Amino acid sequence: MANPLATITRQTGLGMITIRADLDRAGDAIAEGVGLAIPDTAGMTGDGTRILAWMSPDELMLMLPAAETPGAMTALEQALTGEHGLIVDMSDARAVFDVTGPDAADVISKLVPVDAAAMPTGHLRRSRAAQTAIAVWRHGDGFRLFGFRSTADYLELILQNAAIAGSQLAPR
Amino acid sequence: MLTLTCPYCGITAEETELHPGGEAHLTRVGPTGTDEEFEAYMFARKNPKGVNFERWRHAYGCGKWFLAARCTATLQVFGTYKSQNAHPPADIVAAIRKSRPDWNPDWTAE
Amino acid sequence: MTHMPPFRLPAGGRLIDRALQVPFRFDGRHLRGLTGDTLASALLANGQMLMGRSFKYHRPRGPLASGAEEPNALFGLGQGGRFEPNQRATTTALTNGMILRSQNCWPSLEADIGSVNNWLSPFLPAGFYYKTFIHPRPFWKHVFEPVIRHSAGLGRAPTDPDPDRYEQAYSFADTVVVGGGIAGLTAARDAADAGGQVLVLEQTAHWGGRTPNDHDGGQMAIDALLADLRARDNVTMRRNTMATGLYDHGYLIAREALADHDPNQGIPRQRLWRIRTGQVITATGALERPLSFACNDVPGVMLASSVRDFIADFGVAPGQRIVVVTNNDDAYRTALTAVAAGLDVPAIIDARPQAIGDLPDAARRAGITVLTGSGIAKVKGSRNVEGVVICDQSGDGTPTQTIECDVVAMSGGWSPVVHLYSHCGGKLVWDDAQAMFRPDPDRPPLGADGTGNVTVVGAANGDLRCATGLEQTEGATQPVWVMPANAPYKLRAKMWLDFQNDVKVTDVELAAREGYASVEHTKRYTTLGMATDQGKLSNINGLAVLSNALNQPIQATGTTTFRPPYTPLTLATIAAEAKGDAFQPLRKTPMHDWHENHGVSWEPVGHWRRAYCYPRGAEDRHAAVNREIMAVRNAVGTLDASTLGKIIVKGPDAGRFMDMLYTNMMSTLPVGKCRYGLMCSENGFLMDDGVVARLSDDTWLCHTTTGGADHIHGHMEDWLQCEWWDWQVYTANVTEQYAQIAVAGPKARELLDRMSGSIDLSQDALPFMTWAQGDITGIPARVFRISFSGELSYEIAVPANRGLELWEQLHHAGHDLNITPYGTEAMHIMRAEKGFIMIGDETDGTIIPQDLGLDWAISKKKTDYIGKRAQSRSHMTDGNRWKLVGLESLNGDVIPDGAYAVDQGLNPNGQRRVQGRVTSSYHSPTLDRPIAMGLVKHGPGRMGQVLDFPMPSGEVMQARIVDPVFFDKEGGRLNG
Repeated sequence: MANPLATITRQTGLGMITIRADLDRAGDAIAEGVGLAIPDTAGMTGDGTRILAWMSPDELMLMLPAAETPGAMTALEQALTGEHGLIVDMSDARAVFDVTGPDAADVISKLVPVDAAAMPTGHLRRSRAAQTAIAVWRHGDGFRLFGFRSTADYLELILQNAAIAGSQLAPR
Repeated sequence: MLTLTCPYCGITAEETELHPGGEAHLTRVGPTGTDEEFEAYMFARKNPKGVNFERWRHAYGCGKWFLAARCTATLQVFGTYKSQNAHPPADIVAAIRKSRPDWNPDWTAE
Repeated sequence: MTHMPPFRLPAGGRLIDRALQVPFRFDGRHLRGLTGDTLASALLANGQMLMGRSFKYHRPRGPLASGAEEPNALFGLGQGGRFEPNQRATTTALTNGMILRSQNCWPSLEADIGSVNNWLSPFLPAGFYYKTFIHPRPFWKHVFEPVIRHSAGLGRAPTDPDPDRYEQAYSFADTVVVGGGIAGLTAARDAADAGGQVLVLEQTAHWGGRTPNDHDGGQMAIDALLADLRARDNVTMRRNTMATGLYDHGYLIAREALADHDPNQGIPRQRLWRIRTGQVITATGALERPLSFACNDVPGVMLASSVRDFIADFGVAPGQRIVVVTNNDDAYRTALTAVAAGLDVPAIIDARPQAIGDLPDAARRAGITVLTGSGIAKVKGSRNVEGVVICDQSGDGTPTQTIECDVVAMSGGWSPVVHLYSHCGGKLVWDDAQAMFRPDPDRPPLGADGTGNVTVVGAANGDLRCATGLEQTEGATQPVWVMPANAPYKLRAKMWLDFQNDVKVTDVELAAREGYASVEHTKRYTTLGMATDQGKLSNINGLAVLSNALNQPIQATGTTTFRPPYTPLTLATIAAEAKGDAFQPLRKTPMHDWHENHGVSWEPVGHWRRAYCYPRGAEDRHAAVNREIMAVRNAVGTLDASTLGKIIVKGPDAGRFMDMLYTNMMSTLPVGKCRYGLMCSENGFLMDDGVVARLSDDTWLCHTTTGGADHIHGHMEDWLQCEWWDWQVYTANVTEQYAQIAVAGPKARELLDRMSGSIDLSQDALPFMTWAQGDITGIPARVFRISFSGELSYEIAVPANRGLELWEQLHHAGHDLNITPYGTEAMHIMRAEKGFIMIGDETDGTIIPQDLGLDWAISKKKTDYIGKRAQSRSHMTDGNRWKLVGLESLNGDVIPDGAYAVDQGLNPNGQRRVQGRVTSSYHSPTLDRPIAMGLVKHGPGRMGQVLDFPMPSGEVMQARIVDPVFFDKEGGRLNG
């Protein structure tokens, strides 16, 4: 049996913090609080362990090792003292998957209405995978995506189906 | 199936990533409004054949509501712009007039 | 003359491999074809010309075409779940062991009883059904419709689930070229030169279209183009991919066949491509038109190009003696191909007064008789062609001679394939010189920027001589809509326009006489073009006949609307990955697997699965629900409430925003307290309800219904972004961050006291409608003292990852307290016992809070809230609005949910007046009697009155109007 197009792996142990604030006013404080630069529109910044992603004009998502989440929450609360902002721990609300392998873009292209092959590194695309909301970006030898926790089994199933051996999108 | 570019995140999204919200630039009528004013706000819609201003939410994206100027007959998109505008901005008006020289705004700019 | 062997020619056939035989079964017979055959070529090679029966008259049918336009040769394919009806023999590749079944015939294709309709055909003209089955009216439903339905439909639907896998994929290109013939490949090369990503789609397995068969050196020209294109990295070429439809803003749908009828590869059978492109170039070629002469439907009458294809592509002789009949030069190629293959061509019958040019010259040089100014008066033979009767084309069909033959190769000219171009608004012009509709370059479909986004090249654009550098001089096509021109009724009544649906020239003429001047009406009245080929062959001929009958030019008649898909798509391909477990997302709570392992009976709530109840042993659902309710009323139960919406609202302006969202005052809610609130739409109708907790000075937590979470969050963002964008408020939908467990019952506190933790759960520390934060057995938790059951109740929210852990600990600790998991039905009944409303039961989008006696939850002090203005409209304040009451069945039976209470007299429509309806109705195990709620006119002022509820059976149930709170009206149980 030939190999699947990509390996689908569920990732756990990832902390996620939603930050809502006026980035023009509070950007510097947030950047200092999390130790990363504020990303450009639809962009991401990172240092190897943490990623700060642009989600919306007034929303960022900090991804980091789960153990660092409480500390980062505190740091962010402090950074936004006196500023109108909202910090929420969303670590448990998400299901995260890695789609890795040479044909990972094919798997994404079957489910997400985006040009996966042309997606640049450092760009986070919020969209949908089949019938559920996701965010996806280039990660390692493929892509990482997350969706709602409740849809984890659905996401895993459609990703596995899309990766079925022999179903590459290249013309035959 | 339409594609529209979200003015907040710059993503060109397809219709399945968007949620429609009907006519744009309605002025809310609250408890002090008359029945006629409330009816006009709640129910009376222009529904033109031609240039139309409408609300869309980038629901499977950045979550922001934006506005689009679009021809309901040809589906030509003249432009999209942020919701925080009482009227379509000048560049949108210019883009419409370029394609539809006979079209005139039906509002008075402040 | 009959169809005689050998059918497979000794040489030729560019698409077959003679070394590889392919066995297959046709109606039980074991036959053999060759690798590369289509079903049609394989059947013809076995001498099987009869391939179907027409729909209405069950007339014998042979293949007419060699491609996607074939109307006749349709089969049921495969077995069991893989059975598929209406598969086109001319486009389906033969595979090993394939099983074909003929359709629309009984008991067999050869001896079809339904062909009795053929003898009745003079009595079954267009519109027969409409005219005949109108009277007497009552007969329609019980006599006519069942009989007609029995004979309706072509092919049988499969009864088993389709075991194959399907998928879809998104693709993006600057230019998509549809059609891999010489025009498409040339256009692709030019587009690639200009830059950008180019995608080329070809519906068949082979590149080149007609060029290799029709032109000397054609294959070489195609090969050169293919080599050029394959060397480019900005060109993608897909075969077996049919562009089915073009939609707005350059959205093109295509179907790629990956493993059609070859399920053993384990890969998806078909793939639906959703392609977004800047420009589309359609190079979809042209389809040959039939000619309308008497008995043109006898098996063996085929399109000239298809006869050529069967010989050249598959080395199959459709017949040994082939008469060609034409109004153009192209059909001469068929005569030349046949002669070159060693077949007999006794004559070419050319309707034109003269035939001059390279091709007629070549035919004459090959010794073929050319009869100009001639036509076919009639085809001889019934189940197969035996000969043709020749006449003058300008005459009335008086025979001049008879020629024996077994195949008639006809050509009525060519029609550009304009479907894709037309799908999205492209307009056509009538080209009088070439007798065809072709795309109007001035009125193309428009893209998002308002400029044309489809260009058309080659034969699809009416350029029938597009094989650049390969063209021969060809004479003009002369339109021939009826052959002969002055054919009498007797002949016209045997000229088929739509071969599958049995629509003849006289049917269209009848429609015109009866006033069907619009082509769209004529189509539906006669069913012209409504067969599975969607009029690909019949359309133009039908339009021409209609135009003649209406005495107007063809352009005045116009065409019917071209709608996708170009050829039929299986529903499975459209569904793609959305089948079985992936049909739709199934949302699971953190405790989902526990419920599954404890015998849950599920209830779908939106995409969620919620526990309806947990039957034990032999219990049915009703018994389980009753047991669960009694456990909560007498001891303690747990409900998985994780699906409830949870939205944080925070900011300096959050208080006034909350006051706009809810009908009651939320800004005054003290920190640490909870309040039940109602949300209305701007139109005043009750939209959602739930408990709000004030978390801090500037932060509120809103609970919504399960179904309302996303909608209410969107509603909040809408108002914040679009109306009050200067208010400083942020929201976050944290629904999935928390698992939420309701612990309810008189022993709830006793149970929770057994768990270690930092939260004081006593009545003094945590009274009803307050909340507290801390930990329970080390799990960070927020505990809300709220109750939907009327019992002492705590709702505990913990991080979703720890929900299962808490649930299991509760059940471990409460074992001796008879702790019982309860589901949504127990919850529903307990809330009804308490007279609590449920969104979706007591509300249906037309109900305002005032209807439900919820005035206490509507602030009188606030000057405004969303929906307030709407609720002051006269209709909303009308004292006659139906209002919420309790209903007590008089005979002890449960009144059906939704039953209407009748009033005196009839309404203006002659229907019984009504004065109320049941919104919730249950058997209450707590009270051991039925309880119900309903909306009744003047209800709250009519306590004790009895209402009549007529049942469909004729029985009348009666119920007394009572207070909607059936249980513990004082609320003493809330505190345990």
